[in-house]
Amino acid sequence: MKITLTLNRKRRTVDVSPLERLLDTLRGALGLTGTKEGCGEGECGACTVLLDGKPVNSCLVPTAQCSGAAITTIEGLAPRGKLHKLQRAFLECGGAQCGICTPGMILAASALPDRPTREQIRTGLAGNLCRCTGYEKIYDAVGVALGTKK
Amino acid sequence: MHQVGKPRRRVDGRAKVTGQTRFADDLSLPRMLHCKLLRSPHPHARIRSIDSARAQMLPGVRLILTGADTPISYGILPVSQDEHPLARDVVRFVGDPVAAVVADSEETAATAIGQILVEWEILTTIASPEQALATPEPRIHDYGDEGNVHKKVAFDFGDVDAALASADRVFEDLFFYQGNTHLPIEQHATLAALDPDGKLTVWSSTQTPHYLHRALAKTLGRPAAHIRVIATPNGGGFGGKSDPFNHEIVVALAAIRTGRPVKICLTREEVFYCHRGRHPVLMRFRTGVKNDGSLVGMELDTLLDGGAYGSYGVASTFYTGALQTVTYEIPRYRFRGCRTFTNKPPCGPKRGHGTPQPRFGQEVQLDKIACALDIDPAELRLKQLVKPQSLTANYMRVNTIGLGDCIRSVVEGSGWRERRSKLGPGRGLGLACSSYLSGAGLPIYWNDLPQTGVQLKLDRSGGVTAFCGATEIGQGSDDVLALCVAEVLGIAPFDIRVVTGDTDLTPVDLGSYSSRVTLMMGNAAIEAATRARSLIAQAMAKKLDVPAERLVFAEGRVFDAEDPSRGVSWPEAVIHGEALHGTLGTTGSYKPPLSAAKYKGGGVGPTPTYSYSASVIEVEVDPETGWLEVNKVWIAHDIGRALNPTLVRGQVEGSVYMALGEALMEEQIFRRLPPKLSGALVHKFPSLLEYKSPSALEMPPVETYLIEQPDDRGPFGAKEVGQGPLLPVMPALANAVFDAVGVRVDEVPITPEKIVRALAAKDRRYGPTEFPAIAWPEALRVAPPWEGGDGTASNDRPSRPRMARPGEAGAAPIRPEVRR
Repeated sequence: MKITLTLNRKRRTVDVSPLERLLDTLRGALGLTGTKEGCGEGECGACTVLLDGKPVNSCLVPTAQCSGAAITTIEGLAPRGKLHKLQRAFLECGGAQCGICTPGMILAASALPDRPTREQIRTGLAGNLCRCTGYEKIYDAVGVALGTKK
Repeated sequence: MHQVGKPRRRVDGRAKVTGQTRFADDLSLPRMLHCKLLRSPHPHARIRSIDSARAQMLPGVRLILTGADTPISYGILPVSQDEHPLARDVVRFVGDPVAAVVADSEETAATAIGQILVEWEILTTIASPEQALATPEPRIHDYGDEGNVHKKVAFDFGDVDAALASADRVFEDLFFYQGNTHLPIEQHATLAALDPDGKLTVWSSTQTPHYLHRALAKTLGRPAAHIRVIATPNGGGFGGKSDPFNHEIVVALAAIRTGRPVKICLTREEVFYCHRGRHPVLMRFRTGVKNDGSLVGMELDTLLDGGAYGSYGVASTFYTGALQTVTYEIPRYRFRGCRTFTNKPPCGPKRGHGTPQPRFGQEVQLDKIACALDIDPAELRLKQLVKPQSLTANYMRVNTIGLGDCIRSVVEGSGWRERRSKLGPGRGLGLACSSYLSGAGLPIYWNDLPQTGVQLKLDRSGGVTAFCGATEIGQGSDDVLALCVAEVLGIAPFDIRVVTGDTDLTPVDLGSYSSRVTLMMGNAAIEAATRARSLIAQAMAKKLDVPAERLVFAEGRVFDAEDPSRGVSWPEAVIHGEALHGTLGTTGSYKPPLSAAKYKGGGVGPTPTYSYSASVIEVEVDPETGWLEVNKVWIAHDIGRALNPTLVRGQVEGSVYMALGEALMEEQIFRRLPPKLSGALVHKFPSLLEYKSPSALEMPPVETYLIEQPDDRGPFGAKEVGQGPLLPVMPALANAVFDAVGVRVDEVPITPEKIVRALAAKDRRYGPTEFPAIAWPEALRVAPPWEGGDGTASNDRPSRPRMARPGEAGAAPIRPEVRR
């Protein structure tokens, strides 16, 4: 079936099977491998993308449900190579180690309110597992980028 | 130092934050086929027949492989070549691969897998080490020390019985450390393809491309020179991608058979079956002390649940006893270890490899000793630290030791003296210490070659490319390589191009395991860069007419120290170098110093230098429910020198995180299916939904202290940091629980349920109560250095050739290996 959606601000039409996961459409037909698979069960958050501005696990979303929706992937966060403030902060603070959770983590963080509290950051990122950093440097990065309230 | 020691963004960071790092699963090739594995539903069974006729008929199925296609065994250790890419005759755990389907799409391959019919003959399941000891038949493997015992080892470093008899008090304690798994967020993936000229290339999420290279050459029966292994950046490893894996060999074979690229991506469930994680270990410590707290002798017995295959298990067994001696002075030491086979996914090396389990027991027992003798646990440790530049009872050579400063840092930072036992009901502080290797002293297979090599290419563009077989698994190995070269040449790390983990292009590095990369690759990189600098210095000395020793390489220039205005830019300097010498290239390599431990088994434990860590943890425990909250972690790590403090702190905090996961919740455990289903022993929850690991919500604040006392054996003085800081956390947590509510949980993980049980128990303890009788082999008797020993065993027979550099003073002649 043909689905038309807005991907990183551009209209795209893809031909998908009815139950195809958005994750597979993005990585496959659309060729954007920045969205990662970590479990396929909606638990790790590595496949997080923004669906109409809200973070979702793309492994749990059928592409067929995205007709007319706006999807943002990590590739859409840094158009023409200019890094998003979260990406810059992750770089400076050491928020990325192996980098597999990083795209999903950054997209989840991008949906946080401005000047979030440390508690809001922790809650907002609780659906994104990172096995490398212990989260400290991720909190630091998000705080630097979004201006954490003391 | 211009770059070393400054917090910097990592050289490979931009790709990671933009999602452009190309992990194995991100690769695809034209005409690529997809592979799926049929895995055993039985923990232990004989394969009577495999009928793949129906699967073969499915449109899109290109190839079906079974054990008949994979006759040659492999395994990471030369002594444990006990795996086959696909099971032949017998399966040994639920998840053991039996057949592979290669098809046009993953879906077709998965459908075809479901249509392969296997006829099984069910064999007795060996579910635990105790059962393995009691059930010699049926054997899971037809090799090993006896029955279902894979390996037994025993050592006496001095007369331990006499030492314990002379003690004022002898403490005997049992501990159990449950198994757990690495859980890298990246699921293993491999892509294999034939080059147009018929050579094979394999891209894989592996921490050890060199060992995979050897395993592929062996199992495929092809010359290693015709196989290229490229380790893609790993999306987390932690030891879980250090073995050569069946799926890697299967897709390589499939690419050869079909002539088309073949890819496999494991599911999360399959990653649980790959495992190679923390061994469950039962431990018994008997430790003798004087009334002033000084240790007079220690005896340690360990029983490991190895799972279905050898993996690194022989090394793991030795590691459960190798490092007990490198923190506190232990005059006499006995260690006995036993690894059993069971019908579960194979255990192997996880961060800390075999050492967190006994470290947990040792540090908790020390806490008990301190409490019993009414001595501050920090003081008890501080007064008997191992001396720098010394040998331990089992001949581990300690170079520098920053443990004293580690302890003092966390004691001061946490307010230990003022706050311990004074935080009020339900709150407490615990302290523990640890040590780890900066790289294993010996390679996995016996050889006299460097453990790592770095090659530099410089050309007239000013460009420097550093080639090394080391593997980037998130720890920052690419960054360390760039930094070490850049520091010597006086240019920016970001100006170095790094090419790593490619067996065709890069010199051999043994891999990202045993915390070896920074120290070994770093030293090789410094050697290669120093040689390159000297070539360029020769040319510049001529050009500027100054002695080469007076030249400074810094800030992208080469100039005269006495007149900095006289000099040229880096690219210009390289041009002069190329003009004088021709094409510029240098190499460097590294091999650890000879070990003092010359007894058989003494190859596990030595390292160029040990790192040290200390931790204090504050907890809050609800005495009704046992609910446990970690309020804060203070951790100090003896890093020697922090090359890039941003990455070092990240490794420390990441270790604390992973340690808290193990200490509080993570378990690789098993259950029986209901009898009507098969009664089989299956993984309790091979799924991220149920395998609990800490999220951002569970992570407490961490206060990190880096203790910097440069070690002359480390690159610019650096030691390891990837694994050591994990080790003190579990025992510090257990000791904090005791301080909070007065109960001992002598088991990991420490769960609310266990705390409640301990609170209800008469002896205020939860933990193992029995250690099974094991017929230990005759111990190798090695006199400690202070009792006239020379590092050999009095009852050892000559076995291994000593590792020596040709011509090195005191080097023994290289003898052929004699198998016992």
